[in-house]
Amino acid sequence: MSFKVIKTLLTTQYAYMLEYRIEIALWALSGVLPFIMFSLWSQNDVGNTFGLNDIGLARYFLSAFLVRQFSVVWVVFSFEEDSLSGRLSPYLLQPLHPLLRYVAAHLAEQATRLPFAIAIAITFFILNPSSFWLPSLPQFFLAYLSTHLAFSIAFLLQSLVAALCFWTEKSSSLERLIFVPYLFLSGLLVPLSAFPSNVLKIAMLTPFPYLINFPARILAGMPVDIFNGFLAQIFWISILIPSVNILWKLGVKRYTAMGA
Amino acid sequence: MPNNPSDLILVDQISKYYRVANKQPGFKGTLKHFFDRKTYDVPAVTDISFKITRGEIVGFLGANGAGKTTLLKMMCGLIHPSRGLVDVCGFSPQRRQTAFLKEITLVMGQKQQLIWDLPPMDSLYVNAAVYGLSDYEAKVRINELADMLELGEELTRPVRKLSLGQRMKSEILAALLHKPSVLFLDEPTLGLDVNAQARVRSFLSEYNKITGATILLTSHYMADITALCPRVICIHKGKLFYDGDFDSLANSLSPSREVKVELKNPCSKDQFEKYGEIQDFNDRFICLLVSRDKLTEVVSKLLTDFDIIDLEISDPPIDQLIGDLFIKGEVN
Repeated sequence: MSFKVIKTLLTTQYAYMLEYRIEIALWALSGVLPFIMFSLWSQNDVGNTFGLNDIGLARYFLSAFLVRQFSVVWVVFSFEEDSLSGRLSPYLLQPLHPLLRYVAAHLAEQATRLPFAIAIAITFFILNPSSFWLPSLPQFFLAYLSTHLAFSIAFLLQSLVAALCFWTEKSSSLERLIFVPYLFLSGLLVPLSAFPSNVLKIAMLTPFPYLINFPARILAGMPVDIFNGFLAQIFWISILIPSVNILWKLGVKRYTAMGA
Repeated sequence: MPNNPSDLILVDQISKYYRVANKQPGFKGTLKHFFDRKTYDVPAVTDISFKITRGEIVGFLGANGAGKTTLLKMMCGLIHPSRGLVDVCGFSPQRRQTAFLKEITLVMGQKQQLIWDLPPMDSLYVNAAVYGLSDYEAKVRINELADMLELGEELTRPVRKLSLGQRMKSEILAALLHKPSVLFLDEPTLGLDVNAQARVRSFLSEYNKITGATILLTSHYMADITALCPRVICIHKGKLFYDGDFDSLANSLSPSREVKVELKNPCSKDQFEKYGEIQDFNDRFICLLVSRDKLTEVVSKLLTDFDIIDLEISDPPIDQLIGDLFIKGEVN
């Protein structure tokens, strides 16, 4: 795919997303689950159980919020709608993999979210001035990189489920199979340090801790095994890309171009 | 099937079956459907073969569910045939190779590829980038096609604000931007008003003349077929039952002509019974159905025997004839 295709897709999708800026502001606001969890845990004074003081807890959940803002994925829902309505058909007949259009849509949406996410972070600091911090440049760069890798894993995981649309037609219901472990094992509800060690060991064998917990800990400046974290992210991506590819190729043979 | 160099599309013994499951109504039916789902294959297309040469405009005729859209989808590579071979421009369509995709386009009357909330121009530049056109090439091509389609500032207005006709023309522009040599058009005039239909038809005819592109068209509007398609392929219940010249089909469907006569003085109905089958009658107007071989003789007799103000000879409405054909599923 040429640079020109990437540029054109991103600028067009960005223009499209700007048409929906109010909706995107609401979506950004709807991602406040980490703040709710922060409020819940800090009021119950369980920070120490998690190995974190109040400031650490605040920074972790703000980081989790920011990572979530830039790694959230909905490809399964868009793909299912396009597949059932027949909008997928023209995409399949163009010399560009349809999934790349969804990647562009997600990246454009992330760019549109940015000002809202910054505004929410500033509001958080105003309400919790003691938790204010600025990550160092290397920390920020590593967090940025790991968030993009987290987005890639999440996107590929959902694409895997989305490809099941070719068999089940309603694969969004199967997305729950990913969402529930994601919710509990990613670190969105509770830092993984709160888990018993044997549960933590099992959790670390799944891709979920690398979606929120790993990048959030880097951003918050918390101790984290950076080398193994990135290695695990790359491992999952290298497993998921061929898996999606195979499932896609098998599935597309079954495509019946419904509604088109 | 022997391969001729002028054949652009070869369809050989192609079949497509869809697997479906029926569900009985009610709670019991739901439980049975959930635990013991019975599926079976429904044939959509059965053993169809034909060839299409470069530059032809071919119309696919058939009632709803006859299999013409399925056939079109197999030829453009959107769905895989269950059996048989398809070759388009030397490619196997279902492999969807880049070189093949650059040769074809699919326009579906009720589906859009343009981004709803943005002006068509944005989608056009996405398509240009996807098909590897330079900005200059894209600009020239857009202007060229926009002129032919009579599109101007509509291209910079959000798609949602365009009329159906303007949207359809923009869709056609987007589909033709990469200069495809084979156009698959599935109901391209569906829902358009009479004027918009005529404009799309004249554009397609002009495009075919200028570029020599091959056009495969399905439509429920007979006007599309009569105006554009010298050749038609008729499909009934997934099977091909006619492939040939449209005029020959029309002639074989209607061995008679309608003769409408306006008389100067009122006459009785029985005076006309010997000339042909009476379709309509009032005092000074009569419509007769006359077989083609007796037409000249009957017309000259009418002119001799009656004081006639006006006489008109025409074919019976083709829509009605084709409608009857779909019910019958065969040509005499």
